Amino acid sequence: MEKFTHIISTAVPLPMEDVDTDQIIPARFLKATTREGFGDNLFRDWRYHPDGSPKADFVLNNPTYSGKILVAGKNFGCGSSREHAAWSLTDYGFKVVVSSFFADIFRGNALNNGLLPVQVSPAFLHEMFTAIENDPQTKFIVSLEHQTIAIAGTEREEQFDIDPFRKVCMLNGYDDIDYLLSLKDEIEEFERVREGEKKEVLI
Amino acid sequence: MAKTLFDKIWDAHIVKPVEGGQDVLYIDRHFIHEVTSPQAFDGLRQRNIPVFRTKNTVATADHNVPTINQHLPIADPLSRFQVEKLTENCEEFGVDLYGLGHRWQGIVHVIGPELGITQPGMTIVCGDSHTSTHGAFGTIAFGIGTSQVEQVLASQCLLLKRPKRMRITVDGELAEGVVSKDIILYIISKLSAAGGTGYFVEYAGSAIRSLSMEARMTICNMSIEMGARGGLIAPDETTFEYVRGREFAPQGAAFEAAVAKWRELYSDPEAVFDKEYHYRAEDIAPMITYGTNPGMGVPVNEAIPTAPTPGDSLASFEKSLGYMGFAAGENLLGKPIHHVFIGSCTNSRIEDLRLAAKFVQGKQKAPHVSAMIVPGSKQVEQQAKAEGLDKIFIAAGFEFREPGCSACLGMNEDKVPAGEYCVSTSNRNFEGRQGPGRGRFWRVR
Ligand code: SF4
Repeated sequence: MEKFTHIISTAVPLPMEDVDTDQIIPARFLKATTREGFGDNLFRDWRYHPDGSPKADFVLNNPTYSGKILVAGKNFGCGSSREHAAWSLTDYGFKVVVSSFFADIFRGNALNNGLLPVQVSPAFLHEMFTAIENDPQTKFIVSLEHQTIAIAGTEREEQFDIDPFRKVCMLNGYDDIDYLLSLKDEIEEFERVREGEKKEVLI
Repeated sequence: MAKTLFDKIWDAHIVKPVEGGQDVLYIDRHFIHEVTSPQAFDGLRQRNIPVFRTKNTVATADHNVPTINQHLPIADPLSRFQVEKLTENCEEFGVDLYGLGHRWQGIVHVIGPELGITQPGMTIVCGDSHTSTHGAFGTIAFGIGTSQVEQVLASQCLLLKRPKRMRITVDGELAEGVVSKDIILYIISKLSAAGGTGYFVEYAGSAIRSLSMEARMTICNMSIEMGARGGLIAPDETTFEYVRGREFAPQGAAFEAAVAKWRELYSDPEAVFDKEYHYRAEDIAPMITYGTNPGMGVPVNEAIPTAPTPGDSLASFEKSLGYMGFAAGENLLGKPIHHVFIGSCTNSRIEDLRLAAKFVQGKQKAPHVSAMIVPGSKQVEQQAKAEGLDKIFIAAGFEFREPGCSACLGMNEDKVPAGEYCVSTSNRNFEGRQGPGRGRFWRVR
């Protein structure tokens, strides 16, 4: 996983609520057996007509908007647990998703793939949408170290929460598996103790 | 100290608490399938490590399989490749696979309980959000992403933050014709599609107790549709009798010993939940959804609301009705439909098929409607045939298919064409979920 410290970028607005993972990456694109190439089909059915031509009114097809930050309405990433949703966002080039609320599984999947979910207050989200609407070139500054997101050129800044362990992982580019593998002895000890206590019926 | 059922199970599985409030949690059972596992196996290969506990892992092919002619090679090359990849991976890593052609093949959340692999008190995960189904047995069961599939394969553990606990109590007696699908659609319509986010839900109350195991599974299955991580129900005699004698259940004296332990799995009377809701079974009517999130449900004979319900904005309410082609205030009864889909891990068990057969027996579908029954597993398919249900469906003009996820997510050929309506027993009414058409769900248990 790549290290993440901070980002300064313009943002792509997607002011829709309840964006579910079926929209982020429709099921028919889940037939791949590798992690690459999902970006082409990100938001596929919102982005392209059935004949493959781009839908002019969808934000990813609008050259006015670009950047490594996606700003979306509340309850982003609900629905299916498919990690392909996180892969398609990172493969497309997003490093940060901002919303006022994230679905649990999506949040975890994003963090495991170096995509930072930044949860802001509904008011700040609204300010971000307004700022982008007024000037699509508005830059945002996301610092993982300080856990802040700011609208460049203004005083507006907000703190965001992140689990301390996840933060360290992202700053250093580790994923959970490195950590879990280091615990092998303790896991085996847990299994032994549980067996010894005849707790096997709980297994 | 008084504990909730959830906490009793969670605490028994902590290998080690980690700074910052997370726990390393031991996972008892891991189900895998073709769609969310190939990248995880690749990860193991790259790190050159084995599957840590092969006996805790079970695989099946379900998401991406055809539901006709399963004995023939899969026609779609990408699907075939993915299913073959699963077989290769299971062979290479020594994981048991009940794939196509096996008498135990089926939707992962149908076969786990049916084979007795799912047992009270366990922690269970799978790379599919409806893993919450297994909670009906008093387990902590939830969906995970592929990175986590890799973690469980590598270490039999996950690093997790304990969710908050919610209890939803439904007391009273259900009215005639109201089934468990109606209970959960009613609850989600009250709490909204995000109302359970951050929580693990325990379902309690006399109405829940009165349900069969299959009906309980339908409720726990849809916990995720209100955003909850999962849902569980304390095991009782109904649970023990269901598990008794199944293939992978403990047998004889070991079973009795297990039951004695399982009886301790309940929330202590003084246990405190972070949130509680109470509903009356008598208030619940047969439900249907009209929109594109599972919170958009109404009693079948009531009109679509004229304003968004709590949890939905006006914009998403309008967008949703636009997609479905419905008007606010309109009644759904009498609307023409094009497709019927009875299947998915929500409603493809034998009780569901029996109920559906009761409705269609001696009747004929309209000529313009296509109707499909997709049993949840080979065993369900065989049982339905033994009871002659397949004949009833076929006589009514339905197709009786072979097991798989099918039109629930439309990865195979079973899709709803653009602009057409489908009444469906599956769990998600998202835009495009069942193909480009307008899927939405019906009740049928
Ligand atoms: S039937 Fe649908 S929800 Fe259930 S496991 Fe298959 S795809 Fe997932």
